[in-house]
Amino acid sequence: MDFLVFQYPMISVQAFLDGILLGILFALIAYGMALQWGVMNIINIAQGDLVILGGYIAYFMYLYGIHPAWGVIVSPIIMFFVGIAIYKLVINKVVDRDLFISILATFGISILFMQLMNFAFGADVVLANSDYGTTMLFNNNVVLPNSKIFSAFISILFAICLVIYMKKSKLGRAIRATAQNARAAKILGVDTEKVYAATFGINAALCGVAGALISITFTIHPYMGLPYTIRSFMIVIIAGLGNLPGVAMSGMGLGVFEEFADYILGTEFRIGSVFLLLVLILVYRRFKLSRKREYLK
Amino acid sequence: MKINKIIVSFISAAVILLSTSVVSFAKVVGDKIVLGAAISLTGKYSSNGVHTQNGYNMAVDRINSMGGVKVGGKTYKFDIIYYDDESNPKRAAQLAERLISQDGVEFMLGPYSSGLTKAIAPVTEKYGVPMVEANGASRSLFTKGYKYLFAVLAPANLYLDVAIDLAVEKNNGKPVTVAMAFEQDAFSQDVRLGVLEAIERTGSKKVIDDKLPKELNDMAATLVKVKQMKPDVLVVSGHTKGALTAVRQISEMKVDVPMLAMTHCDAAKLSKQHGKNSQYALCASQWHKTLTYKDNFFKDGMTYDADFTKEFGYAPPYQAAESSAALLVFKDAFERANSFDQKKVRDALAATNMQTFYGNIKFAEGGQNVDKPMVLFQVMCDDGGKCENKVVAPTKWASAKLIHPIPSWSQR
Repeated sequence: MDFLVFQYPMISVQAFLDGILLGILFALIAYGMALQWGVMNIINIAQGDLVILGGYIAYFMYLYGIHPAWGVIVSPIIMFFVGIAIYKLVINKVVDRDLFISILATFGISILFMQLMNFAFGADVVLANSDYGTTMLFNNNVVLPNSKIFSAFISILFAICLVIYMKKSKLGRAIRATAQNARAAKILGVDTEKVYAATFGINAALCGVAGALISITFTIHPYMGLPYTIRSFMIVIIAGLGNLPGVAMSGMGLGVFEEFADYILGTEFRIGSVFLLLVLILVYRRFKLSRKREYLK
Repeated sequence: MKINKIIVSFISAAVILLSTSVVSFAKVVGDKIVLGAAISLTGKYSSNGVHTQNGYNMAVDRINSMGGVKVGGKTYKFDIIYYDDESNPKRAAQLAERLISQDGVEFMLGPYSSGLTKAIAPVTEKYGVPMVEANGASRSLFTKGYKYLFAVLAPANLYLDVAIDLAVEKNNGKPVTVAMAFEQDAFSQDVRLGVLEAIERTGSKKVIDDKLPKELNDMAATLVKVKQMKPDVLVVSGHTKGALTAVRQISEMKVDVPMLAMTHCDAAKLSKQHGKNSQYALCASQWHKTLTYKDNFFKDGMTYDADFTKEFGYAPPYQAAESSAALLVFKDAFERANSFDQKKVRDALAATNMQTFYGNIKFAEGGQNVDKPMVLFQVMCDDGGKCENKVVAPTKWASAKLIHPIPSWSQR
């Protein structure tokens, strides 16, 4: 236990801002997960691995002398096609089956991706330097790396674009219709197969953006995907499906929660506290559900 | 149908015959001494696994081309059977079993990492197979009373205690305040114990003691605390991930600390990945090419560095150098034992007292090398942004003067 955070109020401000910036990035990944969960009823365990793959794309651009920030444009384009390829090869065979089958399938994809990335890119921890500098606030008491601010800004930008696209475009409407009722959408002439492929592609593209941002702000490694999957799973569980403001809020909430857990409980409990929160929320949900069931009786 | 059956039984008979003949041909046959090694060629340790394998291969070629091993008036050559342990401790233990009981290997070389060495040691111990390892530094390996385990490297608790002594020395012998951030794995926690001992010995004070989870890639919280508490030394150990994350975030958050000491800087290619931002970082290392140790095979560190670079196309990290040294130890022990009897070789290993290009080697009761101190190097960059690692401590081998305290970010 450590109460430094209460002794120095500036640390709380720092933790809060760090958490918000981190949370916005998590929310972007989680939104992709919520989208395909809602539309296809698939929980993608390989979500984090898609993020890492996106990160490697930005990293390789950086290696070849291109500024890694361009990765947020190139990476989603490549990842979109990777997503569609995964859909055509595996996901379309499990999309109508029960949740368990799809979890197993994506779990398999996750392991495969980890090993392939390890094989192709090596087991070194890598990062891409953006050289964006630092923003100092409150008389230099609060420091925010510009790379984190950049990440949050880009995440918000992509989220807004996506929302507009979903509202206005034909494909966006088709995706929303399929999410509401796939069978009815099919009867009314929506090519659900195409919608599924596009949804998976969009999700992978979002992961690509997030991955590029992570390679700029943190580090990437072939085996580092799982914590991102878990965080986005967690955010979606709290927010519910198809609820973008909810995803954004719970993403930022989780970010802040993590930072404060880090200060108060210690860094070693940071990821552990996320798991604990997940368990508590699931138990609470179940509790609420069982009360509801009693009313129904 | 019948023909099929005949073919199947013929093939299986052939396979059985072949596999039994492998058993009888392994060990020491003809002019070959066959060593076994499970190495991480795939999986998360694969880059260091490859360094280890390259180090072994380089030494095998060198010893064989320079006359081999002389035992009982006859000359033998080294040969190594490798298996890929996939960076997985369970697999490593299985492969050790297989090397010993199926392939008939009687002498083993170690895998990469403390974790995998821990998995293999009980197996080699059970069969009484002497193992010289070069990449398992965790202290717990040397407190289990293993009789057949020998490590050419210094144990993990000696990695960073030098840094604390150095800070105290720079502080005119007065105690210092120390901030610590260590990953929660066997190796880093051993490093932490060593630092704690040094803190106690010098009467210093720890002000931050963070444990980093292994998935972590964000140290911002620890660094904010460092900013607030202003310690004299910041010590970080979390493999390559820890080193890279620390340097990135220290530079981004403009954390000023007079001394920054870490492990795994060269494995992380710190100066290459971070350039000038990594300047002034102190790094613990088992070996550095500028050390003046000598032997007959690789001459000295500089020559080893040049030869290795020529053969494999990259400069040798210490993981490769220590792996090469393991073979030199085996050769020396075989010749002194003048026999291939496992017990005699084991006793000869225990009595090892030699110098290699990598350092002096003399084993303590527990199997760790007690005759080779760790060195600290500091990343130093010129104005053009080209960075080099220069040894600054212990003073005996220092090739450059320690820059202390680290200039603040506003002046860099």
